[in-house]
Amino acid sequence: MFDIDSITEIWQTIARNKTRSILTAFGVFWGIFILVILLACGNGFDNGLRSNIEGFSTNSTFMIPSFTTEPYKGYQKGRDWSLNMSDIEAIKRKVKGVDMISPISSIYSYNGDNNVFYGTKGSNFSMKGVMPNYNEIDRGKIVYGRFINETDIAESRKVCVLGKKVYEDLIGADKNPLGMMIKANGIYYQVIGVIQAYNDHVNISGATSETVILPLTTMQLAYHTGDMFDFFMFTTARGYKTKDVQEDVKALLRERHDIAPTDEGAIMMFDFEEMFNMFEYLFLGIKILIWIVGIGTLLSGVVGVSNIMLVTIKERTREIGVRRAIGAKPALIIRQVMAESLLLTVLAGIVGLVIGVAIMAVVAGVVGNTPSEEVMFLNPQIGFGAAVAASVIIVLSGLLAGVLPAIRAIQIKAIDAIREE
Amino acid sequence: MIKLENINKTYFGAQPLHVLKGINLEVGEGELVSIMGASGSGKSTLLNILGILDNYDEGDYYLAGKLVKNLSENQAAEFRNKLIGFIFQSFNLIPFKTALENVALPLFYQGVNRKKRNTMAMEYLERFGLKEWADHYPNELSGGQKQRVSIARALVTSPKIILADEPTGALDSKTSAEVMQILRDVNATGITMVIVTHERGIANLTRKIVYLKDGVIESISENDPNKMDFTKEIK
Ligand SMILES: Nc1ncnc2c1ncn2[C@@H]1O[C@H](COP(=O)(O)OP(=O)(O)OP(=O)(O)O)[C@@H](O)[C@H]1O
Ligand SMILES: [Mg+2]
Repeated sequence: MFDIDSITEIWQTIARNKTRSILTAFGVFWGIFILVILLACGNGFDNGLRSNIEGFSTNSTFMIPSFTTEPYKGYQKGRDWSLNMSDIEAIKRKVKGVDMISPISSIYSYNGDNNVFYGTKGSNFSMKGVMPNYNEIDRGKIVYGRFINETDIAESRKVCVLGKKVYEDLIGADKNPLGMMIKANGIYYQVIGVIQAYNDHVNISGATSETVILPLTTMQLAYHTGDMFDFFMFTTARGYKTKDVQEDVKALLRERHDIAPTDEGAIMMFDFEEMFNMFEYLFLGIKILIWIVGIGTLLSGVVGVSNIMLVTIKERTREIGVRRAIGAKPALIIRQVMAESLLLTVLAGIVGLVIGVAIMAVVAGVVGNTPSEEVMFLNPQIGFGAAVAASVIIVLSGLLAGVLPAIRAIQIKAIDAIREE
Repeated sequence: MIKLENINKTYFGAQPLHVLKGINLEVGEGELVSIMGASGSGKSTLLNILGILDNYDEGDYYLAGKLVKNLSENQAAEFRNKLIGFIFQSFNLIPFKTALENVALPLFYQGVNRKKRNTMAMEYLERFGLKEWADHYPNELSGGQKQRVSIARALVTSPKIILADEPTGALDSKTSAEVMQILRDVNATGITMVIVTHERGIANLTRKIVYLKDGVIESISENDPNKMDFTKEIK
């Protein structure tokens, strides 16, 4: 179909009326261009928002004790209760579908006084006591040293991992902090690592980079809380429904702490999975909308091509008639009209695709494609898949635009060339 | 070469118009025939039927021994492409193609490759003295040149028969004479030729003149073109 002769034939007819061809093609160019820009912007927002939750396990649930809301087993309602390490053991043992579980305690720095010091330099930061697996649920990048390990926990070592901002503010970004001593709320801890959060937008009890992280057991010892802790988070194992696992964990906790089985208020829960799913649906909605708008724009371009080609065919009645008279078969005429429409559309579409991608590459260069503080828009470019999809759509539109003109063209008989004056 | 038996044709317009009312005609191989008649007598209609450009309602049309009736579009296209060459009053060259490309086009539809096509087209242009004009577009050619290009186009597929509807209708008398000379030369190579004309001078250059009147053949007269001083006649 696309030997050199056919292409010359097609090109001649397109080039014969350059202005009109360009105007015709512009609709398709514009449709594809808009589609690419919209898709890229959609991806930009998608990437931007996703970078805000990077490093955070999206299937995690967070539970914190609260006052009971129902009287039970002789207890009044409004009772305060606490979690302890045996709860964690029990959950691990009895609840199926819990993948990782991590108890956490935290000390907020409400009053704003300087509570953390390096030498004489002090500042105000939150503190968090965690287990080693904490860094697998709310992941951060270790920039120096290491994270809390099992030995730190077992020996309740007085060590700490500093959030990156803590380290930069107190010690200074140019100094190796490992082994240095930090005084936090009056107790000295040796720095074993520095952690940088992948994001500080989704977190538990304070931005990681502004936190001093201790082994949980060390914190329990320092603050005389025994084996109690403030809250815990867990991730759901593959193949289990988070909702089911949450109910099982709650039921077990209620049983262990003499809370009424129907007391929903006694355990506060935050379901990250639910939140992330909402994000996913939002993104999906935006994507669908973009495709609808983009395809709509493109369709109007296709209608334009089709329309102008119909006019062209009418004007070419004589030429087509002559071709028929000297031996062009109907199939050849169809092929030629379709190929014309295809060539016009594909050229315009590819130009639209290339210019769209190029513009968005420039935009991406300006807004940056590395996560930084407060990014809402990141790397706004279309993926390979979308580019392929766009190309397929271009070809389909070309064929679609050619159908009516082709039908019209074969209705022209050889005799029409002779009759027309 | 051509055999028409009781050809009838009615145009079904606002009012049905019975244009051809039983045409019987035979044209032998290598003959040079002209069709004359008043305007509206059905000359073009008849020629279009001969060229398989139009269909007829009744009768039988045999072309080169084959019955031409109810052909599919593809068959008709093939017949036209292989057997028939057309020459029109208004030339009907494709405006955005050069003379060479116009002449080569029927070969393109035969699937002849580009190189061979262009060589053949050039040969025919050369034969009609148009070598220098090969790369010119129709609007850069005079009427006579255009008609010579269209004759070259009609001949390039080596058809058995040439059908010409008022081939000199748009030309002045001198050019008409030149074109007629070319057509006669072509006929001399053995190609059958049917020319529709309303100019007696043109008809007198053919061997057989068919007079059409009110949809029937009024008479057919034999003619010896060499006896006539045709240049005078045309004037
Ligand atoms: N497509 C058509 N539909 C209806 N009537 C037609 C059609 N083509 C031709 N006619 C009519 O048929 C008659 C014969 O037309 P035709 O063109 O064959 O005449 P002609 O002999 O070639 O005339 P002229 O010398 O003027 O070219 C005319 O009356 C014309 O009006
Ligand atoms: Mg006529």
